Amino acid sequence: MFELLGIPPQALFGQLLLGLINGSFYAILSLGLAVIFGLLNIINFTHGAQYMMGAFVAWMLLNYIGIGYWWALILAPVAVAITGIVIERTLLQRLYHLDHLYGLLLTFGLALIIQGLFRNYYGSSGLPYTIPPVLAGGFNLGFMFLPTYRGWVVVASILVCFATWFVIEKTRLGAYLRAATENPEMVNAFGINVPRLVTLTYGFGVGLAAFAGVLAAPIYSVNPNMGADIIIVVFAVVVIGGMGSILGAIVTGFGLGLVEGLTKVFYPEASATVIFIIMAIVLLIKPAGLFGRTA
Amino acid sequence: MTASTANLTHRTGLGDTAAGMSMLHRGIFIALLALLLVAPFQFYPVFLMKVLCFALFASAFNLLLGYGGLLSFGHAAYFGAASYISAHAAKVWGLTPELAILSGTAVAAVLGLVFGSLAIRRHGIYFAMVTLAFAQMVYFFALQAPFTGGEDGIQAVPRGDLFGIISLRPDINLYYLVLAIFFLGILAIYRIIHSPFGQVLKAIRDNEPRAISLGYAVNRYKLMVFTMSAALAGLAGATKAIVFQLASLTDVYWTMSGEVVLMTLLGGMGTVFGPMVGAFIVVTMQNYLAHMGDWVTVIQGVIFVVAVMMFRKGIVGVIGHWLKRSL
Repeated sequence: MFELLGIPPQALFGQLLLGLINGSFYAILSLGLAVIFGLLNIINFTHGAQYMMGAFVAWMLLNYIGIGYWWALILAPVAVAITGIVIERTLLQRLYHLDHLYGLLLTFGLALIIQGLFRNYYGSSGLPYTIPPVLAGGFNLGFMFLPTYRGWVVVASILVCFATWFVIEKTRLGAYLRAATENPEMVNAFGINVPRLVTLTYGFGVGLAAFAGVLAAPIYSVNPNMGADIIIVVFAVVVIGGMGSILGAIVTGFGLGLVEGLTKVFYPEASATVIFIIMAIVLLIKPAGLFGRTA
Repeated sequence: MTASTANLTHRTGLGDTAAGMSMLHRGIFIALLALLLVAPFQFYPVFLMKVLCFALFASAFNLLLGYGGLLSFGHAAYFGAASYISAHAAKVWGLTPELAILSGTAVAAVLGLVFGSLAIRRHGIYFAMVTLAFAQMVYFFALQAPFTGGEDGIQAVPRGDLFGIISLRPDINLYYLVLAIFFLGILAIYRIIHSPFGQVLKAIRDNEPRAISLGYAVNRYKLMVFTMSAALAGLAGATKAIVFQLASLTDVYWTMSGEVVLMTLLGGMGTVFGPMVGAFIVVTMQNYLAHMGDWVTVIQGVIFVVAVMMFRKGIVGVIGHWLKRSL
């Protein structure tokens, strides 16, 4: 078969697919961060832990009560969102009048608690979660082999990202949300219950993280530490994209995943750091981020 | 964003403006020195050295957060990089310990200058995320670079002979070197805080737009304090590598960045003595609870949450509030 720049196409497309999958997770996670940041003005450090919780809830549903993947895809995000709502109601809500950095510190502490607890009960070696039978196997596309599940992950994340974009940009609820982001007092005065909107938004953002976690469960092993490292990369993604735009978060997420995949092909040593290097370049050239508004 | 940063550290009002050292502070410093001089006869010196290294690390971090109003979530980068360089210099290049520590510190300062110049282009939470991301980059570098020993780190670093003369193999000799480094570092930080430079820093922390309109080159001040803080964090990390004869990935991982935030928050941001108290408590806790494994992480998380929810001034901050003095 043909070769591209001395790279066999299977390797190239294989890594691109892997990049696209990582990009799907970056996109969903940074989307959740952006939605939460928009209304709450905090950076949710617990996001990585909540992604991990999503994977764990899916694993528990399967192993403790025998509920399979498809239900887990709905139930796990809802369950994790409920814990998020409890966190927002009991803790975060008391910090809104303070500097935003306290929100960061609080959610960091919560992430430590959650990760520590899961490590205590489940160890850090990781638990397997089998791919549901419908999505097992794959297709031979001629130039590469596409495992069905991986294709599904990409499709599912694009759907979820699009749905989120649609709700926020095109529906009445989204209009309230955007208005409350601009001026919460005014929206409150118009009779919209802004505190409830804030709580639900946090729950929704957390639910997105958990959804990504369920998607990730069959690909990566279910591990208490799975969220800790990815969340730092997602922070870099968010800095690169800027959190001003929903579409920006999605595009940056997928784009950087692909860049990471390409780096793995052409210069594997840099694949772990390439996103941070891009962040440094973006800070030099366009400090507000690619889609950001200058603060 | 900038104006609200003022709320982050409670304003230090009283006894904060004098150029010289206040009587109270002088008294505390002398008592502290006296205590630390005799401490190794009562306590295990290696434990004390660990406390001193982390107290210096937390104080360096507090210089940036408490007085500059800049929350770096990636100070492990400077601590860890210096630790690796110092270990490598002592082990592979065969430098004497003081030169090894100085090279570690110098590298941390350069790293701080580079990362700082990029990070100060963003504010608030973005600043925190940028510093965290850069620190993770240093972590991956330490994981992959040929000289860092990957997962093993650099082990069996020789303590060597100070100036080529005094052997540091006995714990007690090394202890007094660490004590000297700690005290010089702390006094340097104290001097920076109470210099005209430090006053401008506090002005920027409390109200950046006003400081700009007064004509201060705000970014230059931020970059300077960032570099100083990184260098002093590096001094602590480089010393730690000699003490434990080890540089490892733990030094440069994000959990380390979190720990130094915890120490400072618990002891009291924007206080001179708070970070030392916080470091003492956290290190002691880690020492005594080491057998509990991952519960230590949970406990640290709980302390974070409790400190943020109802104890934002920190221990020393609260005591200072009672005494109506800035400590």
